[in-house]
Amino acid sequence: MKFQPVIGLEVHVQLKTNSKIFCGCSTAFGSSPNSQTCPVCLGLPGALPVLNKQVVEFAIKAGLSTNCSITPRSIFARKNYFYPDLPKGYQISQFEEPICQHGWLDIQVEGQDQKRIGITRIHMEEDAGKLVHGEIAGLEKGSGVDLNRACTPLLEVVSDPDLRTSDEAVAYLKQLHQIVTWLGISDGNMEEGSFRCDANVSVMPVGAAQFGTRAEIKNVNSFKFVKQAIEYEIQRQIDLIEDGGTVVQETRLFDPNSGTTRSMRGKEEAHDYRYFPDPDLVPLVIDPAWVERSRSELPELPEKKKQRFMESYSLPAYDADVLTATRALAEYYEECLALQTNPKAASNWIMGEVIRGLNDSGLPIEECPVTPRLLTDLLRLIEEGTISGKIAKKVFDEVWKSGKDPKTIVEEQGLVQVSDSSAIEAIIDDLLAREAGQVAEFRSGKDKLLGFFVGQVMKASKGKANPAVVNDLLLKKLKG
Amino acid sequence: MKITAANVEHVARLARLELSDEEKNLFAGQMDAILAYVEKLKELDTDGVLPTSHAVPMENAFREDVTEPPIGTEKALANSPDRADAFYRVPQIIE
Repeated sequence: MKFQPVIGLEVHVQLKTNSKIFCGCSTAFGSSPNSQTCPVCLGLPGALPVLNKQVVEFAIKAGLSTNCSITPRSIFARKNYFYPDLPKGYQISQFEEPICQHGWLDIQVEGQDQKRIGITRIHMEEDAGKLVHGEIAGLEKGSGVDLNRACTPLLEVVSDPDLRTSDEAVAYLKQLHQIVTWLGISDGNMEEGSFRCDANVSVMPVGAAQFGTRAEIKNVNSFKFVKQAIEYEIQRQIDLIEDGGTVVQETRLFDPNSGTTRSMRGKEEAHDYRYFPDPDLVPLVIDPAWVERSRSELPELPEKKKQRFMESYSLPAYDADVLTATRALAEYYEECLALQTNPKAASNWIMGEVIRGLNDSGLPIEECPVTPRLLTDLLRLIEEGTISGKIAKKVFDEVWKSGKDPKTIVEEQGLVQVSDSSAIEAIIDDLLAREAGQVAEFRSGKDKLLGFFVGQVMKASKGKANPAVVNDLLLKKLKG
Repeated sequence: MKITAANVEHVARLARLELSDEEKNLFAGQMDAILAYVEKLKELDTDGVLPTSHAVPMENAFREDVTEPPIGTEKALANSPDRADAFYRVPQIIE
Protein backbone atom coordinates (compact mmCIF):
# COMPACT_ATOMS: atom_id res chain seq x y z
CA MET A 1 0.00 0.00 0.00
CA LYS A 2 1.20 3.52 -0.73
CA PHE A 3 0.89 6.12 1.99
CA GLN A 4 0.32 9.84 1.95
CA PRO A 5 1.85 11.79 4.84
CA VAL A 6 -0.07 14.76 6.23
CA ILE A 7 1.80 17.39 8.21
CA GLY A 8 0.71 20.44 10.16
CA LEU A 9 3.10 22.71 12.03
CA GLU A 10 2.76 24.73 15.21
CA VAL A 11 5.47 27.31 15.53
CA HIS A 12 6.21 29.27 18.68
CA VAL A 13 7.80 32.60 17.90
CA GLN A 14 9.31 34.51 20.79
CA LEU A 15 8.66 38.21 20.35
CA LYS A 16 11.44 40.75 20.63
CA THR A 17 9.95 42.98 23.30
CA ASN A 18 11.81 44.68 26.12
CA SER A 19 9.45 43.45 28.79
CA LYS A 20 7.28 40.38 29.32
CA ILE A 21 3.76 40.03 27.96
CA PHE A 22 1.90 40.70 31.23
CA CYS A 23 4.49 42.39 33.48
CA GLY A 24 7.47 44.72 33.37
CA CYS A 25 10.21 42.14 33.90
CA SER A 26 12.97 42.07 31.31
CA THR A 27 12.98 39.38 28.60
CA ALA A 28 16.80 39.41 28.22
CA PHE A 29 18.27 35.97 27.59
CA GLY A 30 20.93 34.37 29.79
CA SER A 31 20.51 36.19 33.12
CA SER A 32 21.02 34.37 36.41
CA PRO A 33 18.11 32.11 37.42
CA ASN A 34 14.95 33.74 38.77
CA SER A 35 16.49 37.22 38.68
CA GLN A 36 13.95 38.56 36.19
CA THR A 37 10.77 37.85 38.08
CA CYS A 38 7.97 39.65 39.89
CA PRO A 39 4.67 38.67 41.52
CA VAL A 40 2.91 38.50 38.12
CA CYS A 41 5.27 36.08 36.38
CA LEU A 42 5.82 34.11 39.59
CA GLY A 43 2.07 33.59 39.71
CA LEU A 44 1.70 34.94 43.23
CA PRO A 45 -1.86 35.30 44.49
CA GLY A 46 -3.47 38.66 43.81
CA ALA A 47 -1.06 39.75 41.10
CA LEU A 48 -2.75 41.31 38.09
CA PRO A 49 -1.46 40.75 34.54
CA VAL A 50 -1.69 43.71 32.15
CA LEU A 51 -1.18 43.23 28.41
CA ASN A 52 1.96 44.65 26.79
CA LYS A 53 0.72 46.75 23.86
CA GLN A 54 3.81 46.01 21.79
CA VAL A 55 2.85 42.33 21.73
CA VAL A 56 -0.45 43.26 20.08
CA GLU A 57 1.32 45.47 17.53
CA PHE A 58 3.69 42.64 16.67
CA ALA A 59 0.87 40.10 16.43
CA ILE A 60 -1.08 42.31 14.03
CA LYS A 61 2.01 42.77 11.85
CA ALA A 62 2.63 39.01 11.80
CA GLY A 63 -0.99 38.44 10.85
CA LEU A 64 -1.04 41.00 8.05
CA SER A 65 2.22 39.64 6.66
CA THR A 66 0.79 36.12 6.50
CA ASN A 67 -2.48 37.16 4.87
CA CYS A 68 -4.56 36.64 8.01
CA SER A 69 -7.65 38.57 8.97
CA ILE A 70 -7.36 40.43 12.25
CA THR A 71 -10.04 39.50 14.76
CA PRO A 72 -11.92 42.68 15.80
CA ARG A 73 -12.55 41.43 19.33
CA SER A 74 -10.32 38.79 20.81
CA ILE A 75 -10.01 37.45 24.34
CA PHE A 76 -7.48 35.66 26.50
CA ALA A 77 -8.12 32.27 28.02
CA ARG A 78 -6.62 30.14 30.74
CA LYS A 79 -5.22 26.83 29.63
CA ASN A 80 -5.16 24.70 32.75
CA TYR A 81 -2.55 22.06 33.46
CA PHE A 82 0.04 21.25 36.09
CA TYR A 83 3.74 21.24 35.38
CA PRO A 84 6.58 22.56 37.55
CA ASP A 85 7.58 25.20 34.97
CA LEU A 86 4.09 26.75 35.07
CA PRO A 87 3.72 28.63 38.35
CA LYS A 88 0.03 29.59 38.10
CA GLY A 89 -1.24 26.14 37.15
CA TYR A 90 -2.51 27.69 33.93
CA GLN A 91 -0.99 29.35 30.91
CA ILE A 92 -2.55 32.55 29.65
CA SER A 93 -3.24 31.95 25.98
CA GLN A 94 -5.98 32.56 23.44
CA PHE A 95 -8.49 29.91 22.54
CA GLU A 96 -11.83 30.80 20.99
CA GLU A 97 -10.94 34.18 19.55
CA PRO A 98 -7.27 34.31 18.49
CA ILE A 99 -5.98 37.65 17.23
CA CYS A 100 -5.26 36.44 13.66
CA GLN A 101 -7.12 33.84 11.59
CA HIS A 102 -7.38 32.32 8.12
CA GLY A 103 -4.06 33.29 6.56
CA TRP A 104 -1.74 31.62 4.11
CA LEU A 105 1.78 31.52 2.74
CA ASP A 106 2.86 30.49 -0.75
CA ILE A 107 5.84 28.19 -0.51
CA GLN A 108 8.30 27.10 -3.13
CA VAL A 109 10.09 23.76 -3.08
CA GLU A 110 12.84 23.56 -5.65
CA GLY A 111 11.71 21.88 -8.84
CA GLN A 112 8.03 22.03 -7.86
CA ASP A 113 5.11 24.38 -8.40
CA GLN A 114 4.37 27.05 -5.86
CA LYS A 115 1.96 25.77 -3.23
CA ARG A 116 -0.37 27.63 -0.89
CA ILE A 117 -0.26 26.58 2.77
CA GLY A 118 -3.14 27.70 4.98
CA ILE A 119 -2.56 29.30 8.37
CA THR A 120 -5.37 28.37 10.73
CA ARG A 121 -4.60 30.93 13.38
CA ILE A 122 -1.98 33.00 15.17
CA HIS A 123 -2.49 33.62 18.86
CA MET A 124 -0.66 35.39 21.67
CA GLU A 125 0.41 33.57 24.81
CA GLU A 126 2.94 33.53 27.61
CA ASP A 127 5.88 31.16 27.72
CA ALA A 128 6.51 28.82 30.65
CA GLY A 129 9.67 28.73 32.78
CA LYS A 130 12.65 26.52 32.22
CA LEU A 131 13.48 23.23 33.92
CA VAL A 132 17.09 22.35 34.61
CA HIS A 133 18.27 18.84 35.33
CA GLY A 134 21.35 17.49 36.98
CA GLU A 135 24.07 19.86 36.10
CA ILE A 136 23.69 22.25 39.08
CA ALA A 137 25.05 21.68 42.58
CA GLY A 138 22.23 20.51 44.80
CA LEU A 139 20.22 19.19 41.87
CA GLU A 140 21.56 15.65 41.96
CA LYS A 141 18.16 14.64 43.23
CA GLY A 142 15.48 16.84 41.78
CA SER A 143 14.98 19.42 39.04
CA GLY A 144 15.56 23.16 39.12
CA VAL A 145 12.99 25.73 38.03
CA ASP A 146 14.04 29.05 36.51
CA LEU A 147 11.12 31.42 35.94
CA ASN A 148 13.00 34.11 33.99
CA ARG A 149 11.38 32.89 30.81
CA ALA A 150 7.92 32.58 32.36
CA CYS A 151 5.58 35.18 30.87
CA THR A 152 7.81 35.92 27.87
CA PRO A 153 5.59 36.83 24.90
CA LEU A 154 5.03 34.20 22.23
CA LEU A 155 3.04 33.99 19.05
CA GLU A 156 1.83 30.53 18.19
CA VAL A 157 1.39 30.13 14.46
CA VAL A 158 -0.71 27.10 13.53
CA SER A 159 -0.73 25.87 9.95
CA ASP A 160 -3.51 23.93 8.27
CA PRO A 161 -2.63 20.26 7.65
CA ASP A 162 -1.64 21.21 4.10
CA LEU A 163 1.96 20.02 4.08
CA ARG A 164 2.73 16.67 2.46
CA THR A 165 6.53 16.28 2.61
CA SER A 166 9.38 17.20 4.92
CA ASP A 167 10.71 19.53 2.21
CA GLU A 168 7.43 21.43 2.14
CA ALA A 169 7.52 21.69 5.92
CA VAL A 170 11.03 23.13 5.84
CA ALA A 171 10.14 25.57 3.04
CA TYR A 172 7.15 26.78 5.05
CA LEU A 173 9.21 27.17 8.21
CA LYS A 174 11.98 29.05 6.44
CA GLN A 175 9.52 31.45 4.92
CA LEU A 176 7.79 32.06 8.24
CA HIS A 177 11.18 32.53 9.88
CA GLN A 178 12.20 35.01 7.21
CA ILE A 179 8.98 37.01 7.69
CA VAL A 180 9.18 37.32 11.49
CA THR A 181 12.85 38.29 11.43
CA TRP A 182 12.24 40.65 8.49
CA LEU A 183 9.48 42.37 10.45
CA GLY A 184 11.87 42.66 13.37
CA ILE A 185 9.30 41.15 15.75
CA SER A 186 11.55 38.20 16.68
CA ASP A 187 15.27 37.55 16.59
CA GLY A 188 14.40 34.05 15.27
CA ASN A 189 17.32 32.52 17.16
CA MET A 190 16.58 28.81 17.06
CA GLU A 191 19.34 27.73 19.47
CA GLU A 192 18.01 30.08 22.13
CA GLY A 193 14.49 28.84 21.48
CA SER A 194 13.10 32.01 19.89
CA PHE A 195 11.64 29.97 17.03
CA ARG A 196 10.45 26.50 18.03
CA CYS A 197 8.47 24.02 16.05
CA ASP A 198 6.07 21.20 16.93
CA ALA A 199 5.07 18.96 14.03
CA ASN A 200 1.80 17.04 13.77
CA VAL A 201 2.43 14.06 11.53
CA SER A 202 0.06 11.38 10.28
CA VAL A 203 -0.10 9.04 7.31
CA MET A 204 -3.08 7.70 5.37
CA PRO A 205 -3.44 5.36 2.42
CA VAL A 206 -3.19 7.35 -0.83
CA GLY A 207 -6.68 8.45 -1.84
CA ALA A 208 -8.17 7.98 1.62
CA ALA A 209 -10.83 10.47 2.62
CA GLN A 210 -9.82 10.70 6.24
CA PHE A 211 -6.50 11.62 7.82
CA GLY A 212 -4.76 9.01 9.93
CA THR A 213 -4.16 9.36 13.66
CA ARG A 214 -1.46 11.93 14.28
CA ALA A 215 1.50 12.09 16.57
CA GLU A 216 2.80 15.45 17.79
CA ILE A 217 6.57 15.84 17.75
CA LYS A 218 7.71 18.42 20.25
CA ASN A 219 10.32 21.16 20.14
CA VAL A 220 12.36 20.45 17.08
CA ASN A 221 14.79 23.34 17.06
CA SER A 222 16.54 23.46 13.70
CA PHE A 223 15.43 23.21 10.07
CA LYS A 224 17.61 20.13 9.66
CA PHE A 225 16.04 18.41 12.67
CA VAL A 226 12.54 19.23 11.43
CA LYS A 227 13.29 17.41 8.20
CA GLN A 228 14.86 14.47 10.04
CA ALA A 229 12.12 14.21 12.65
CA ILE A 230 9.30 14.31 10.10
CA GLU A 231 10.94 11.77 7.82
CA TYR A 232 11.62 9.43 10.70
CA GLU A 233 8.09 9.77 12.02
CA ILE A 234 6.48 9.14 8.62
CA GLN A 235 8.49 5.97 8.17
CA ARG A 236 7.80 4.83 11.74
CA GLN A 237 4.05 5.17 11.22
CA ILE A 238 4.10 3.42 7.83
CA ASP A 239 6.15 0.53 9.25
CA LEU A 240 3.80 0.30 12.22
CA ILE A 241 0.69 0.11 10.02
CA GLU A 242 2.25 -2.35 7.59
CA ASP A 243 3.13 -4.59 10.52
CA GLY A 244 -0.53 -4.60 11.49
CA GLY A 245 -0.24 -2.04 14.29
CA THR A 246 -2.11 1.22 14.82
CA VAL A 247 -0.75 4.71 15.40
CA VAL A 248 -1.78 6.16 18.74
CA GLN A 249 -2.38 9.85 19.30
CA GLU A 250 0.50 10.92 21.50
CA THR A 251 3.25 13.42 22.08
CA ARG A 252 6.69 12.34 20.92
CA LEU A 253 10.10 13.81 21.53
CA PHE A 254 12.73 14.09 18.82
CA ASP A 255 16.20 12.95 19.81
CA PRO A 256 18.75 14.73 17.58
CA ASN A 257 21.52 12.30 18.56
CA SER A 258 19.79 9.23 17.18
CA GLY A 259 17.55 11.01 14.65
CA THR A 260 14.52 9.20 16.10
CA THR A 261 11.35 10.12 17.97
CA ARG A 262 10.16 8.51 21.17
CA SER A 263 6.95 8.56 23.12
CA MET A 264 6.57 10.96 26.05
CA ARG A 265 4.44 8.88 28.33
CA GLY A 266 2.40 10.11 31.23
CA LYS A 267 0.92 13.13 29.52
CA GLU A 268 -2.26 11.42 28.27
CA GLU A 269 -4.57 13.38 30.45
CA ALA A 270 -2.83 16.68 29.89
CA HIS A 271 -5.00 17.31 26.84
CA ASP A 272 -8.04 18.21 28.94
CA TYR A 273 -7.12 21.86 29.33
CA ARG A 274 -10.49 23.23 30.43
CA TYR A 275 -10.00 26.57 28.69
CA PHE A 276 -12.08 29.46 29.96
CA PRO A 277 -11.88 33.26 29.49
CA ASP A 278 -9.32 34.83 31.81
CA PRO A 279 -11.23 37.29 33.99
CA ASP A 280 -7.98 39.18 34.75
CA LEU A 281 -7.59 40.34 31.17
CA VAL A 282 -10.21 42.48 29.47
CA PRO A 283 -11.20 41.85 25.84
CA LEU A 284 -8.89 43.20 23.15
CA VAL A 285 -10.69 45.32 20.58
CA ILE A 286 -8.82 46.20 17.39
CA ASP A 287 -10.68 48.64 15.18
CA PRO A 288 -10.12 48.91 11.40
CA ALA A 289 -8.15 52.15 11.86
CA TRP A 290 -5.62 50.34 14.02
CA VAL A 291 -5.26 47.57 11.46
CA GLU A 292 -4.77 50.11 8.67
CA ARG A 293 -2.18 52.07 10.64
CA SER A 294 -0.33 48.84 11.27
CA ARG A 295 -0.54 47.89 7.60
CA SER A 296 0.92 51.25 6.60
CA GLU A 297 3.88 50.64 8.92
CA LEU A 298 4.78 47.29 7.36
CA PRO A 299 8.08 47.17 5.51
CA GLU A 300 8.18 45.89 1.95
CA LEU A 301 8.12 42.12 2.47
CA PRO A 302 10.77 39.79 1.02
CA GLU A 303 8.62 38.30 -1.73
CA LYS A 304 7.57 41.73 -2.96
CA LYS A 305 11.07 43.13 -2.77
CA LYS A 306 12.39 40.16 -4.71
CA GLN A 307 9.86 40.76 -7.50
CA ARG A 308 10.77 44.45 -7.60
CA PHE A 309 14.50 43.72 -7.77
CA MET A 310 13.85 41.46 -10.74
CA GLU A 311 11.58 43.90 -12.54
CA SER A 312 13.28 47.23 -11.80
CA TYR A 313 16.90 46.14 -12.04
CA SER A 314 16.61 43.15 -14.38
CA LEU A 315 18.24 40.91 -11.77
CA PRO A 316 18.04 37.14 -12.27
CA ALA A 317 15.75 35.32 -9.80
CA TYR A 318 18.82 33.79 -8.19
CA ASP A 319 20.35 37.18 -7.39
CA ALA A 320 17.04 38.56 -6.14
CA ASP A 321 16.64 35.54 -3.87
CA VAL A 322 20.09 35.88 -2.34
CA LEU A 323 19.79 39.64 -1.86
CA THR A 324 16.46 39.33 -0.05
CA ALA A 325 17.57 36.53 2.27
CA THR A 326 17.51 39.02 5.14
CA ARG A 327 16.14 42.51 5.42
CA ALA A 328 19.56 43.90 6.38
CA LEU A 329 21.19 42.45 3.27
CA ALA A 330 18.42 43.83 1.04
CA GLU A 331 18.87 47.21 2.68
CA TYR A 332 22.62 47.09 2.10
CA TYR A 333 21.95 46.45 -1.58
CA GLU A 334 19.43 49.26 -1.78
CA GLU A 335 21.88 51.65 -0.15
CA CYS A 336 24.35 50.75 -2.89
CA LEU A 337 21.72 51.44 -5.53
CA ALA A 338 20.95 54.80 -3.96
CA LEU A 339 24.60 55.69 -4.62
CA GLN A 340 24.08 55.31 -8.36
CA THR A 341 25.83 52.08 -9.06
CA ASN A 342 25.32 49.41 -11.70
CA PRO A 343 22.67 47.06 -10.18
CA LYS A 344 24.05 43.84 -11.59
CA ALA A 345 27.67 44.69 -10.77
CA ALA A 346 26.71 45.54 -7.20
CA SER A 347 24.74 42.30 -6.96
CA ASN A 348 27.71 40.28 -8.18
CA TRP A 349 30.06 41.87 -5.69
CA ILE A 350 27.64 41.45 -2.77
CA MET A 351 26.93 37.81 -3.62
CA GLY A 352 30.63 37.19 -4.09
CA GLU A 353 33.14 39.18 -2.08
CA VAL A 354 30.82 40.71 0.52
CA ILE A 355 29.06 37.51 1.53
CA ARG A 356 32.32 35.57 1.45
CA GLY A 357 33.91 38.17 3.72
CA LEU A 358 30.98 38.03 6.12
CA ASN A 359 31.07 34.25 6.25
CA ASP A 360 34.81 34.20 6.87
CA SER A 361 34.70 36.85 9.58
CA GLY A 362 31.39 35.85 11.14
CA LEU A 363 30.26 39.48 11.03
CA PRO A 364 26.64 40.43 10.36
CA ILE A 365 26.02 42.58 7.29
CA GLU A 366 25.26 45.55 9.55
CA GLU A 367 28.89 45.49 10.66
CA CYS A 368 30.42 44.90 7.24
CA PRO A 369 33.59 47.04 7.14
CA VAL A 370 33.06 47.62 3.43
CA THR A 371 30.07 49.93 3.62
CA PRO A 372 27.77 50.55 0.65
CA ARG A 373 29.63 53.85 0.14
CA LEU A 374 33.02 52.11 -0.02
CA LEU A 375 31.75 49.30 -2.22
CA THR A 376 30.17 51.65 -4.74
CA ASP A 377 33.34 53.80 -4.76
CA LEU A 378 35.25 50.65 -5.63
CA LEU A 379 32.78 49.71 -8.37
CA ARG A 380 33.13 53.20 -9.82
CA LEU A 381 36.90 52.75 -10.08
CA ILE A 382 36.32 49.60 -12.12
CA GLU A 383 33.66 51.22 -14.27
CA GLU A 384 35.87 54.19 -15.03
CA GLY A 385 38.71 51.87 -16.01
CA THR A 386 40.98 53.06 -13.20
CA ILE A 387 41.52 49.51 -11.94
CA SER A 388 40.80 46.08 -13.36
CA GLY A 389 38.32 43.68 -11.81
CA LYS A 390 41.19 41.54 -10.62
CA ILE A 391 43.00 44.38 -8.87
CA ALA A 392 39.63 45.44 -7.46
CA LYS A 393 39.46 42.20 -5.47
CA LYS A 394 42.82 43.05 -3.92
CA VAL A 395 41.59 46.55 -3.14
CA PHE A 396 38.39 45.11 -1.67
CA ASP A 397 40.43 43.04 0.80
CA GLU A 398 42.45 46.13 1.72
CA VAL A 399 39.28 48.18 2.29
CA TRP A 400 37.94 45.35 4.45
CA LYS A 401 41.09 45.33 6.58
CA SER A 402 41.83 49.04 6.81
CA GLY A 403 38.49 50.75 6.24
CA LYS A 404 40.33 53.19 3.97
CA ASP A 405 38.54 54.37 0.88
CA PRO A 406 39.37 52.49 -2.33
CA LYS A 407 40.75 55.52 -4.16
CA THR A 408 43.33 56.15 -1.44
CA ILE A 409 44.40 52.51 -1.48
CA VAL A 410 44.76 52.51 -5.27
CA GLU A 411 46.88 55.67 -5.12
CA GLU A 412 49.00 54.61 -2.16
CA GLN A 413 49.81 51.23 -3.65
CA GLY A 414 50.14 52.45 -7.22
CA LEU A 415 47.45 50.10 -8.50
CA VAL A 416 46.09 52.38 -11.17
CA GLN A 417 45.34 50.40 -14.27
CA VAL A 418 47.64 51.03 -17.21
CA SER A 419 45.53 51.76 -20.26
CA ASP A 420 48.23 53.81 -21.95
CA SER A 421 48.92 51.79 -25.10
CA SER A 422 52.57 52.82 -25.47
CA ALA A 423 53.43 51.45 -22.02
CA ILE A 424 51.62 48.21 -22.76
CA GLU A 425 53.10 48.01 -26.22
CA ALA A 426 56.57 48.12 -24.73
CA ILE A 427 55.79 45.12 -22.53
CA ILE A 428 54.29 43.24 -25.46
CA ASP A 429 57.20 43.90 -27.78
CA ASP A 430 59.58 42.69 -25.12
CA LEU A 431 57.54 39.54 -24.55
CA LEU A 432 57.11 38.66 -28.22
CA ALA A 433 60.82 39.07 -28.79
CA ARG A 434 61.58 36.63 -25.97
CA GLU A 435 58.95 34.07 -26.96
CA ALA A 436 59.60 33.79 -30.67
CA GLY A 437 58.83 30.07 -30.64
CA GLN A 438 55.39 30.52 -29.11
CA VAL A 439 54.67 33.36 -31.51
CA ALA A 440 55.41 31.10 -34.45
CA GLU A 441 53.10 28.40 -33.02
CA PHE A 442 50.31 30.94 -32.57
CA ARG A 443 50.68 32.14 -36.11
CA SER A 444 50.51 28.57 -37.37
CA GLY A 445 47.04 28.31 -35.83
CA LYS A 446 47.41 27.51 -32.14
CA ASP A 447 44.87 30.17 -31.04
CA LYS A 448 44.80 28.92 -27.48
CA LEU A 449 48.18 30.52 -26.90
CA LEU A 450 46.53 33.95 -26.74
CA GLY A 451 45.69 33.22 -23.11
CA PHE A 452 49.33 32.55 -22.39
CA PHE A 453 50.40 35.88 -23.89
CA VAL A 454 47.70 37.82 -22.04
CA GLY A 455 48.74 36.14 -18.80
CA GLN A 456 52.38 37.02 -19.34
CA VAL A 457 51.62 40.66 -20.08
CA MET A 458 49.36 40.94 -17.02
CA LYS A 459 52.07 39.37 -14.91
CA ALA A 460 54.74 41.70 -16.22
CA SER A 461 52.47 44.69 -15.48
CA LYS A 462 51.77 43.34 -11.97
CA GLY A 463 48.11 43.00 -12.92
CA LYS A 464 47.77 46.68 -13.68
CA ALA A 465 47.49 46.55 -17.45
CA ASN A 466 43.99 47.10 -18.78
CA PRO A 467 43.01 43.61 -20.01
CA ALA A 468 40.91 44.91 -22.88
CA VAL A 469 43.78 47.05 -24.19
CA VAL A 470 46.19 44.14 -23.75
CA ASN A 471 43.93 41.89 -25.79
CA ASP A 472 43.52 44.38 -28.59
CA LEU A 473 47.21 45.17 -28.88
CA LEU A 474 48.29 41.55 -28.66
CA LEU A 475 45.97 40.48 -31.44
CA LYS A 476 47.09 43.36 -33.60
CA LYS A 477 50.77 42.51 -33.11
CA LEU A 478 50.45 38.72 -33.35
CA LYS A 479 48.34 38.79 -36.46
CA GLY A 480 50.04 41.86 -37.87
CA MET B 1 -26.43 15.93 32.21
CA LYS B 2 -26.19 13.94 35.40
CA ILE B 3 -22.89 14.31 37.23
CA THR B 4 -21.54 10.90 38.17
CA ALA B 5 -18.83 9.78 40.54
CA ALA B 6 -16.70 9.08 37.44
CA ASN B 7 -17.00 12.74 36.37
CA VAL B 8 -15.93 13.84 39.83
CA GLU B 9 -13.00 11.47 39.73
CA HIS B 10 -11.84 12.84 36.37
CA VAL B 11 -12.00 16.47 37.48
CA ALA B 12 -10.36 15.57 40.78
CA ARG B 13 -7.46 13.93 39.00
CA LEU B 14 -6.96 16.99 36.77
CA ALA B 15 -6.86 19.09 39.93
CA ARG B 16 -4.51 16.61 41.61
CA LEU B 17 -7.06 15.87 44.36
CA GLU B 18 -7.40 12.50 45.95
CA LEU B 19 -10.96 11.71 46.99
CA SER B 20 -12.47 8.73 48.78
CA ASP B 21 -15.39 6.88 47.16
CA GLU B 22 -17.65 8.41 49.74
CA GLU B 23 -16.50 11.91 48.80
CA LYS B 24 -16.89 11.22 45.10
CA ASN B 25 -20.50 10.26 45.60
CA LEU B 26 -21.16 13.15 47.94
CA PHE B 27 -19.65 15.71 45.54
CA ALA B 28 -21.37 14.19 42.53
CA GLY B 29 -24.70 14.83 44.18
CA GLN B 30 -23.73 18.37 45.21
CA MET B 31 -22.30 19.31 41.83
CA ASP B 32 -25.33 17.90 40.13
CA ALA B 33 -27.57 20.09 42.26
CA ILE B 34 -25.48 23.18 41.48
CA LEU B 35 -25.58 22.54 37.74
CA ALA B 36 -29.30 21.86 37.85
CA TYR B 37 -29.77 25.22 39.51
CA VAL B 38 -27.68 26.98 36.84
CA GLU B 39 -29.66 25.13 34.17
CA LYS B 40 -32.49 27.45 35.08
CA LEU B 41 -30.74 30.15 33.03
CA LYS B 42 -31.65 28.22 29.92
CA GLU B 43 -35.20 29.41 30.36
CA LEU B 44 -34.06 32.90 29.32
CA ASP B 45 -34.11 33.97 25.69
CA THR B 46 -30.46 34.74 24.90
CA ASP B 47 -30.75 35.08 21.12
CA GLY B 48 -28.41 37.84 19.95
CA VAL B 49 -26.57 38.07 23.27
CA LEU B 50 -22.82 37.52 23.05
CA PRO B 51 -21.33 35.07 25.55
CA THR B 52 -20.06 37.06 28.53
CA SER B 53 -16.33 36.74 29.07
CA HIS B 54 -16.15 39.59 31.58
CA ALA B 55 -18.63 41.00 34.03
CA VAL B 56 -17.36 44.57 33.65
CA PRO B 57 -17.84 46.31 30.30
CA MET B 58 -14.23 47.28 29.72
CA GLU B 59 -11.71 46.70 26.98
CA ASN B 60 -8.10 47.38 25.92
CA ALA B 61 -6.14 47.78 29.15
CA PHE B 62 -2.51 48.02 28.08
CA ARG B 63 0.90 48.65 29.50
CA GLU B 64 3.71 50.14 27.44
CA ASP B 65 6.70 47.95 26.63
CA VAL B 66 8.91 49.33 29.38
CA THR B 67 10.92 47.24 31.82
CA GLU B 68 10.46 47.65 35.54
CA PRO B 69 12.81 46.46 38.27
CA PRO B 70 12.26 42.81 39.22
CA ILE B 71 11.87 41.89 42.86
CA GLY B 72 15.19 40.04 42.87
CA THR B 73 16.14 36.40 43.22
CA GLU B 74 16.14 36.30 47.01
CA LYS B 75 12.64 37.70 47.33
CA ALA B 76 11.45 35.50 44.49
CA LEU B 77 12.71 32.42 46.30
CA ALA B 78 11.77 33.57 49.81
CA ASN B 79 8.62 31.46 50.01
CA SER B 80 9.91 28.43 48.17
CA PRO B 81 9.73 25.22 50.18
CA ASP B 82 12.93 23.98 48.61
CA ARG B 83 15.74 25.51 46.59
CA ALA B 84 19.16 24.75 45.11
CA ASP B 85 21.41 27.68 44.34
CA ALA B 86 19.13 30.24 42.63
CA PHE B 87 16.64 27.62 41.45
CA TYR B 88 13.40 26.41 42.94
CA ARG B 89 13.91 22.73 43.52
CA VAL B 90 11.15 20.28 42.66
CA PRO B 91 11.04 16.48 42.58
CA GLN B 92 12.99 15.10 39.60
CA ILE B 93 11.12 15.58 36.36
CA ILE B 94 11.89 12.80 33.93
CA GLU B 95 11.58 13.81 30.30
